[in-house]
Amino acid sequence: MIQFLLNRELRTEHALDPNITALNYLREHLGKSGTKEGCASGDCGACTVVVGELDNERVRYRSLNSCLTFVASLHGKQLITVEDLKHQGQLHSVQQAMVDCHGSQCGFCTPGFVMSLFALQKNSSGFDKADTLEALAGNLCRCTGYRPIIDAAEQACCQKQPDQFDAFEPQTVAQLKAIAPQDTAELNSGDKRCLLPLTVADLADIYAANPEARLLAGGTDLALEVTQFHRELPVMIYVGHIEAMKRVEVTAESIEIGAATALSDCYAALAQDYPDFGELLHRFASLQIRNQGTLGGNIGNASPIGDAPPLLIALGAQIVLRKGNSSRTLPIEDYFLDYKVTARQEAEFIEKIIVPRQQANQAFRAYKVSKRLDDDISAVCAAFNLVVEDGVVHSARIAFGGMAAIPKRAAACEAALKGAVLNQSQIELACAALAEDFTPLSDFRASKEYRLLVAQNLLRKCFLELQAADVETRVSAYV
Amino acid sequence: MSSHHKTSKTQAELAELFRADITTGVGKSVKHESADKHVSGEAAYVDDRLEFPNQLHVYARMSDRAHARIISIDTAPCYAIPGVAIAITSKDVPGQLDIGPVVAGDPLLADGKVEYVGQVVIAVGADSLETARKAAMAAIIEYEDLEPVLDVVDALRKKHFVLDSHQHKIGDSAAELTSAPRRLQGSLHIGGQEHFYLETQISSVMPTEDGGMLVYTSTQNATEVQKLVAEVLGVPMHKIVIDMRRMGGGFGGKETQAAGPACLCAVIAHLTGRPTKMRLPRVEDMQITGKRHPFYVEYDVGFDDNGLLHGIEIELAGNCGYSPDLSGSIVDRAMFHADNAYFLGNATINGHRCKTNIASNTAYRGFGGPQGMVAIEEIMDAIARSLGKDPLEVRKLNYYGKTERNVTHYHQTVEHNVIHEMTAELEASSDYAKRRQDIRAFNAKSPVLKKGLALTPVKFGISFTASFLNQAGALIHIYTDGSIHLNHGGTEMGQGLNTKVAQIVAEVLQVDISRIQITATNTDKVPNTSPTAASSGTDLNGMAAKNAAETIKQRLVDFLVREYKVTPEDVEFRNSQVRVHDLFLSFEDVIQKAYFGQVSLSSTGFYRTPKIFYDRDKAAGRPFYYFAYGAACSEVIVDTLTGEYKMLRTDILHDVGASLNPALDIGQVEGAFVQGMGWLTMEELVWNGKGKLMTNGPASYKIPAIADMPLDLRVNLVENRKNPEDTVFHSKAVGEPPFMLGIAVWCAIKDAVASLADYRVQPNIDAPATPERVLWGVEQMKKLQQPAKATTVGAEPA
Repeated sequence: MIQFLLNRELRTEHALDPNITALNYLREHLGKSGTKEGCASGDCGACTVVVGELDNERVRYRSLNSCLTFVASLHGKQLITVEDLKHQGQLHSVQQAMVDCHGSQCGFCTPGFVMSLFALQKNSSGFDKADTLEALAGNLCRCTGYRPIIDAAEQACCQKQPDQFDAFEPQTVAQLKAIAPQDTAELNSGDKRCLLPLTVADLADIYAANPEARLLAGGTDLALEVTQFHRELPVMIYVGHIEAMKRVEVTAESIEIGAATALSDCYAALAQDYPDFGELLHRFASLQIRNQGTLGGNIGNASPIGDAPPLLIALGAQIVLRKGNSSRTLPIEDYFLDYKVTARQEAEFIEKIIVPRQQANQAFRAYKVSKRLDDDISAVCAAFNLVVEDGVVHSARIAFGGMAAIPKRAAACEAALKGAVLNQSQIELACAALAEDFTPLSDFRASKEYRLLVAQNLLRKCFLELQAADVETRVSAYV
Repeated sequence: MSSHHKTSKTQAELAELFRADITTGVGKSVKHESADKHVSGEAAYVDDRLEFPNQLHVYARMSDRAHARIISIDTAPCYAIPGVAIAITSKDVPGQLDIGPVVAGDPLLADGKVEYVGQVVIAVGADSLETARKAAMAAIIEYEDLEPVLDVVDALRKKHFVLDSHQHKIGDSAAELTSAPRRLQGSLHIGGQEHFYLETQISSVMPTEDGGMLVYTSTQNATEVQKLVAEVLGVPMHKIVIDMRRMGGGFGGKETQAAGPACLCAVIAHLTGRPTKMRLPRVEDMQITGKRHPFYVEYDVGFDDNGLLHGIEIELAGNCGYSPDLSGSIVDRAMFHADNAYFLGNATINGHRCKTNIASNTAYRGFGGPQGMVAIEEIMDAIARSLGKDPLEVRKLNYYGKTERNVTHYHQTVEHNVIHEMTAELEASSDYAKRRQDIRAFNAKSPVLKKGLALTPVKFGISFTASFLNQAGALIHIYTDGSIHLNHGGTEMGQGLNTKVAQIVAEVLQVDISRIQITATNTDKVPNTSPTAASSGTDLNGMAAKNAAETIKQRLVDFLVREYKVTPEDVEFRNSQVRVHDLFLSFEDVIQKAYFGQVSLSSTGFYRTPKIFYDRDKAAGRPFYYFAYGAACSEVIVDTLTGEYKMLRTDILHDVGASLNPALDIGQVEGAFVQGMGWLTMEELVWNGKGKLMTNGPASYKIPAIADMPLDLRVNLVENRKNPEDTVFHSKAVGEPPFMLGIAVWCAIKDAVASLADYRVQPNIDAPATPERVLWGVEQMKKLQQPAKATTVGAEPA
């Protein structure tokens, strides 16, 4: 049985197919058709809803793609849809702003934009264009060209007034407390089950008892198996209620990130030490996905084009794997064995990720190259972690995504740099070595020739940035 | 709605109201009629309608072969799955199988052979979509593979065409090419484009009692769906009703492509007697339906030392996919726009319609025009680079004249040409000359990032080139309470057509738009409609509605003249009031009186575009009633290490005549510009070696997102320049023309790359200019620079 608030109404579901997405639940089970399906793959944002969660006696609102959200993961939360914004016959201020600014044409993407704008307004104190672009990067509009929607965001954020959600917040907090999970919950229907443990120990036990289960964190990749590949997921274990796996702890030596931490929640700690990690996270899918997808999930699914692994590998991050009562720590690059093959054993799961803190003389640079700047998958993702002392490369950890079947270190390139004087000719040797490290493939994102040349050019760019800080090297700096 | 009680206002009050203007007539930035419903989620699309009881969901099984003979289809396994009602193949279609819009070639279900990956082979009706999908996948289809043609150049060389080639010719291009002081030859590939309407293709069909069908569908072309549903069922058109309230985007993708799902639904509804619904999942929509035509272009151009054209020959080869669909007219329109705003002089333009084994390419905003324009803009750039001139200088030199040098290669005289003034205005307002200098200075000291700038014009011909389509109908009822029901043959896909037509009716009848109820396009209200396409929606349907409103208004005037014994000049409608000599009546009062006076308060309206004619055999005439103009100046910054870029600024000046609704018009201009920019930059269609579309969803096919719009976007409409032709309130069409403003971005990217070879060589960057293509352009420039400082080199074939 799971419980959640549909706006202010308590919903209790005893027997519901755990494979059903929030989008289909809304449209097909509840007949609420305001939320639209544009792609069912989390790429267009037409299905955006807002989920409220308890956070220190307040409700924290975040935008999500309902097409990638299994209903089970709403347990204990508040689901707000476009139908909930109009109050007492009056449009909500974000809706009115969209009308006033002529922000809709065909209107099909509009409910999604409205919900992203609603979350933006809730989380902002005034208009900020960069925040607006970030909040809306996961919402595609084919009609307007976006300018009027940015205007609407400005109006909505500048003219923010207390709304019904503010007025009802104390009651909502009380309602959410009343349904806060107290024990492992389960949603099932027929043979399909989704279990929702609250502790790492319970997760370990349940996983050991159900080793065939699929772990559900954000679901941004897993849900595609249902919505795009039409598979059934008979057993899922949802890890999003395990508070111990959602913590970010920063010590003098390391940044420890629970595997179930949403990518948005990883941003502050990683960006502080490594600004390029922050820049990459800004371009990592969309805000809806980052609100939902987790750092552990981005590692766990072992995609050759996941954006976090190359950076984590270059930084020398480690992962803690847990199975039953035992844990082991693994350098992250040892986790990836071959295409979608990992070192993870049966019933073993990633508990946390440990990233070393920045050291003196360490230069970390990361680059993502894709057809579209935002919400696209990398053709090449590169991370360079160099410790340079007195012009000599003390250590070099270099890793790439998109260049091999797994996110992978560039051993020959590293060897060419390590111990060498960092200069142009040495960089050219290291570039040549990249051709030994990688034999990339051609696909619809890029040709193998382009991938290799870009990988080499990114090393050249890294060198240039270290040598001549005043040279402009990034178009993404233009905002 | 105001009260209709007669006693509510005094004569003085009515007189005061009469003196005010209506606020929702033409020229006002009235909000989109559905805006409040869009933002609240209340606007209902076909999939949002309450479903009919006992409904079947229809799922289509696609071919996984590009070209194959179908040896056998076994649908027996489909029926083993509980919930399946029916599985149909081409044999089960009761009427005509082919649903080709102009000529045959598009079987509703594959008939003996498949010609592309994605072609629909069988369709299953079941009680849920998932069941229908499972069942369709359970069918056993045996194929014998045949050799596919997947390359447009291959098809061109083999003359593998869906329709015959066609030529536009003026003067003697061959002689001029030989005698011109300078000559360049080159070639270019131009990519296609997925429409990516946010709402995928959908139809919902209910059988009716006379063997007919009520069809709710998302289509730009209600009458054609009606005709095709009738044909596949083998019933007269009067049995079929199409209802179309709104589309979640169209862009040409629902001009012919909506018919397939509607017809499949109708056939299954006919065979089972049950209501049906078919909604294409995105990945299947992108594989089944056609897109913008990719083109391959070859050119040969002669010019003088200033860059003035002497003679030109252009081969335009459209990649039509497996069937003709609308490719005849689309390649024609590419040919009609191979001049853009330039006087070609002696020109031979050949258009070819290449047949390949991919989905049948179809209408898309601009309808071939953009591809023709990209070709000539590439040529302008290439000429300028070869002469070391600023491309804008060459462009301006070649503009059509006002009174001379003004005959097109299809022998239409270009009248009322405003591109000179618009270019001058935009050059000044965008500070082109200074920014050109600043950019050269920036590029000289920036080793990695390079900026580029381009100012390009648009001249786009307005009218369907199939002249008979330039007609429209409308229907207006005024009810006894003074409320107005408005219907017309156009379809609302987001462009604001319903809003503009309502503004027109409001203007004619001098009432507030809130009095007018806009209703779904419906084939039993207005028959025999043309598609809402060719930017013509408002020009045609607005005029038809104006005609209907004027008919009723004339009846009211005649009635008041009789009733009050006044002259027609004594009767004046204004701001929901009517002055009859010195008496003021409210509009609803007049309607009441007219009703009791037995006056008909309902009228149809009709319009046909004047002046146009075209003799295709002679390739001469006046296919276009008028031209719409625009110009854009774009600045970009390019990363020469990765090929990535960012749009820094775009200034646009666009001509909509006397705007009916500036807010909606600017919305069209901006949206079209960004869509055009996407087409030429990041939107790349990639097929694998077996003809399967690999970019078949938004994860792999990238349309512009919010951060892709220029950081600084300045859009203005040309002011105080009414359309000299007698169009509806002297406005101009706006749907397609601004799409081609996006060409400025493509040219600016190439300008940035050309900076690497001192602007003397045109980089070979096909469209779309993805980061990869840009980087290869950079490499081309770097190689030229390596051996020696490059001197003038002609453009080489790509």
